[in-house]
Amino acid sequence: MDALTNLLPELWTATGETLYIVAATLFFGGIGGLIVGLGLYLTRGGSILDNKPIFVVLNVLVNVIRPIPFIIFLAAAQPLARAVTGSGIGNDAIIFTISLAASFAMARIVEQNLLTVTPGVIDAARSVGAGPVRIIFTVLLPEALGPLILGFTFIFVALVDMSAVAGFVGGGGLGNFALQYGYRQYEPVVTWAAVLLIIVLVQLVQFFGNYLARKALRR
Amino acid sequence: MSVVSLRNVSKSYPSSTKGGASVMAIDSVSLDVEAGDIYGIIGYSGAGKSTLVRLVNALERSTGGEIHINGRDIATLPERELRKIRLGIGMIFQQFNLLGSRTVAGNVAYPLEVAGFPKQDRATRVAELLSFVGLTDKAKSYPDQLSGGQKQRVGIARALATSPSILLADEATSALDPETTHEVLALLKRVNAELGITIIVITHEMDVIQTIATKVAVMDQGKVIERGPVFDVFSNPQHPASARFVSTVVKGVPSAPELEVLRERHTGRIVTLSFRDTAVDQSEVFGEFVRAGVPFQVIYGGVNEIQGRPFGHLTLALHADDELVDAALERVRQLTTVTEVR
Repeated sequence: MDALTNLLPELWTATGETLYIVAATLFFGGIGGLIVGLGLYLTRGGSILDNKPIFVVLNVLVNVIRPIPFIIFLAAAQPLARAVTGSGIGNDAIIFTISLAASFAMARIVEQNLLTVTPGVIDAARSVGAGPVRIIFTVLLPEALGPLILGFTFIFVALVDMSAVAGFVGGGGLGNFALQYGYRQYEPVVTWAAVLLIIVLVQLVQFFGNYLARKALRR
Repeated sequence: MSVVSLRNVSKSYPSSTKGGASVMAIDSVSLDVEAGDIYGIIGYSGAGKSTLVRLVNALERSTGGEIHINGRDIATLPERELRKIRLGIGMIFQQFNLLGSRTVAGNVAYPLEVAGFPKQDRATRVAELLSFVGLTDKAKSYPDQLSGGQKQRVGIARALATSPSILLADEATSALDPETTHEVLALLKRVNAELGITIIVITHEMDVIQTIATKVAVMDQGKVIERGPVFDVFSNPQHPASARFVSTVVKGVPSAPELEVLRERHTGRIVTLSFRDTAVDQSEVFGEFVRAGVPFQVIYGGVNEIQGRPFGHLTLALHADDELVDAALERVRQLTTVTEVR
């Protein structure tokens, strides 16, 4: 218990870092996921921008990247992270790598949620002269907003999970804290404190996400 | 001039199996819809009628022929140009296809936004349209709070927002109960009569055609097999498929199994008389039988009215010697069409 009391400042710093990493990756990964997901949806056969070559490329990319265990992806993507952020380690690199992985995970969720929008509604928009860009922003995204918010809430948990692995390549956060001060120092109380904080964090976000989705769905 | 004119229009889909023959959804259809028509297109599911109507506003592209909208061939226009054409063609759907994320007013305003209608005038136009369809009090409701009939009225208000000259109704009443169907059809009639909008109605229900259409085309396997004024097609269908549709709403000529029953149940000669319009006075026809001393019994039939013009078929059992009957039929033939059944 004393160990935890002494580590409190570090615990708060770690929590802050986790929040920062998760917020940044939710932002970048979310945008990436939306773009790739929309790309998959729009280029699929019979859709408004039906384009088989692009669909096949995106589909294969998603199918290849998504199943790679994150800790391996982290190592594999390190050269790319270094090229983009200037360093293979640290928070910037980890944000880049998580965002990349999250984009492809999120892409499937976005695609699936967009597929729940009735094609008839798109016909209706086309029948009054709406073009593809307008349909994306005034029909597709608003109509799928509720499920999309739930999708983003779902991916948030995955982001917390991925950020915890960040400790391995010099990223900060609660995962790193639990490893460094709890696991390696044989202080289970410290580990559990990190776990507890993560649970609280995830619950809060889940609650908030459900609330937003309910509002979007008017239920 | 025709508002919508199709010339040998075809639509084929590539085969689902490699190297297989392509599927002809629409097979060389020609059709002219005049301004002010309520043109019904009827057919069983899979007959190609929905595909045909989707070619008119190019939601689907034809693979052959010409499609003239107000004199302009749209079959080869690029998508960007088509968007302007579509502003002049409203469309309503079987499943209504309202935007669930928008209120009723928001749905009706949608085409106005797309058309770049001045923002300050939108609310006025939306109020006008909602009052026309009788949904002023539902402006702030969401589609999932409305009944089917109300949803379709919103659909109609939305389709009319940009003041189109043509309205396409794709099975617009097929998801509604009979009473609501008649409400919606009455509204479509008003759209036609008060706003002068030409309407193309796709349906598989002959009742819908009978209620509102002025002209009808019957489709089967991607082809138009019969067309004409509704009265003509109803009173005297030429094609067996048309006759089947007509028989769903018009009790007229007995079908083969029904005839079997009639033959068993009744003695004497059986004939079917066909009456069209007011050209023939039924009492005159019956008078001939009476004068000839041929007792008769009406055993099947019905008299219907399309657009105020009556027509019908009556099947009679004639109870008299052949000689008397033949003499009577001879004179009746001068008055109307007689089909001898036995």
